[in-house]
Amino acid sequence: MSAPVLQIDQVSKTFQSIRALDGVSLNVAAGERVALLGHNGAGKTTLFRLILGFTKPDCGSIRIAGEDPGTDVARNAVSYLPESVMFPKTLTGREIVTFYARLKSVPKTEVDPLLERVGLADAADRYAGTYSKGMRQRLGLAQALAGRPRLLLLDEPTSGLDPLSRQDFYSLVDDVAAAGSAVLLSSHSLSELEAKTDRVAILRTGQLVANASLEQLQAESAVPLRIRVRARHDSVVEVNERLGGARINGQSVELLCPVPDKMSRLAAISALGPLVTDFDVSQPSLDEIYRHYSTRAEKERKS
Amino acid sequence: MTGSILTVAATEIRIGMRNRWVVLAALMLLIFALVLGLVGTSPTGTVKSDPLVVTVASLATLSMYLVPLIALLLAFDAIAGEVDRGTIQLVLASPISRSAFLAGKFLGHLGVLGFAIVLGYGAAGAAIYAVTGASGDGLADLVRLIITSIALGAAFLAIGYVASASVRQTGTAAALAVGIWLIAVVLYDLGLFGALVANADGLFAKSVFPYLLVASPADAFRLYNMALLDSGATTTSLSGIADALPFPAELALLSLFGWTLAALVAAALIFRRLEP
Repeated sequence: MSAPVLQIDQVSKTFQSIRALDGVSLNVAAGERVALLGHNGAGKTTLFRLILGFTKPDCGSIRIAGEDPGTDVARNAVSYLPESVMFPKTLTGREIVTFYARLKSVPKTEVDPLLERVGLADAADRYAGTYSKGMRQRLGLAQALAGRPRLLLLDEPTSGLDPLSRQDFYSLVDDVAAAGSAVLLSSHSLSELEAKTDRVAILRTGQLVANASLEQLQAESAVPLRIRVRARHDSVVEVNERLGGARINGQSVELLCPVPDKMSRLAAISALGPLVTDFDVSQPSLDEIYRHYSTRAEKERKS
Repeated sequence: MTGSILTVAATEIRIGMRNRWVVLAALMLLIFALVLGLVGTSPTGTVKSDPLVVTVASLATLSMYLVPLIALLLAFDAIAGEVDRGTIQLVLASPISRSAFLAGKFLGHLGVLGFAIVLGYGAAGAAIYAVTGASGDGLADLVRLIITSIALGAAFLAIGYVASASVRQTGTAAALAVGIWLIAVVLYDLGLFGALVANADGLFAKSVFPYLLVASPADAFRLYNMALLDSGATTTSLSGIADALPFPAELALLSLFGWTLAALVAAALIFRRLEP
């Protein structure tokens, strides 16, 4: 297997007295989709700025396609979509994508298909100054997709998008990753990410507190499953007594179940027979895992 | 590399056309030139000198003030404005070097400015020719004026980029640009001529003053144009100085190009350190 497109090794960066990044190591391989999670100020944007070569790390190293950030090779390999992307107001969408396509030495014939892909074909000849935030974001994505980048950097790409275009957005990202690009995207809207990333990296006050697949994080974090058991009106009290947990409305009981106990709990539920009418199991959501990792460090420090 | 520079330049020209910069600058130059040409030359109508030559002499003074102002107004936004509006991140993340980006901006702005100057002064020249029936002797002078005006514009574009790369806010850059204009064009010139009046025949007037004059791109521009005009046609205080220069008039051109080159290099060096 070839070396990862993006290699971040023990990178630290301090601004004045604030340690924005502290010994962060993270690799992203070709075709891999990695979500970088963190609250505002956790260091996500600083990490992106380092990867783009806008600023230099105090220590540690970053390699893009084997080269330093900001070099010609690195700039050719990376496509970037800033958090709130802005364009000259008096240029049309098509002119803007053509501009970036030319800078990336991408033939002009690819411009229209790109606009089509992000759903801006109809607005291509309008000035970017008239675009909504969602349209600007999609225009930004169109230029980022030009020329099959080896590394796609997306900073909060879906902020300002409505849920439907978010879906479109992630299906585009899937296509790009399937075509062999490494994708690193930052986000703090978590629920939408679950099915869409291969790996989740969580930054907390400059430190990488987690870096694994969602399944691994679910197991490792030991955030319990939620089992919701539906009973009949007259049996709900008995169900609650026999299973424990909490009644959450007229006829349901919610149980928190550690992952290893899943099967024994399910056996106990089915033993109740006709008392139970239905049940469902929800995996720990990314939100819960995220909360777990982003507060754990704090707890550890206090104890 | 060259392709990227031309892409940036073409985009800059397109934006210049769209936000009416070209039209505005050309109109400004045209109106001033027409006023100077048609109103200013009417008393000299019976003198044998060509009206166009007289006009060029007045236009040289006009250009000295107006062209640097237009150039600085075009240039101040080049980097600070893009930083301010957040458009620069994407450009700097794409495969174009910062020097190439700056070179592209420079070429584009030079195109906008050049177009405005050719249009404004060209139209004014044609109108004056038509109205006064000028002999055409002044045509070469007009062409020289247009070309050196563009060179003057280039110098102040480059100086404007230094200002634009040094600050992060458009407003600050604009204030800096106006300040540069006031000092480098207006006050410097006033100061020099004030000193000349105070010491009209001394060592200063003969050997220091001409060099101080040529050291400023704006004064160098005017000096060069005045020196090459048929001196009989003009009776400005400057023409006397221009005739008695202790160096060839071409040194003035060297000053213009030197300023352009030095300021471009300085702007590129400052721009390289910018963290968007």
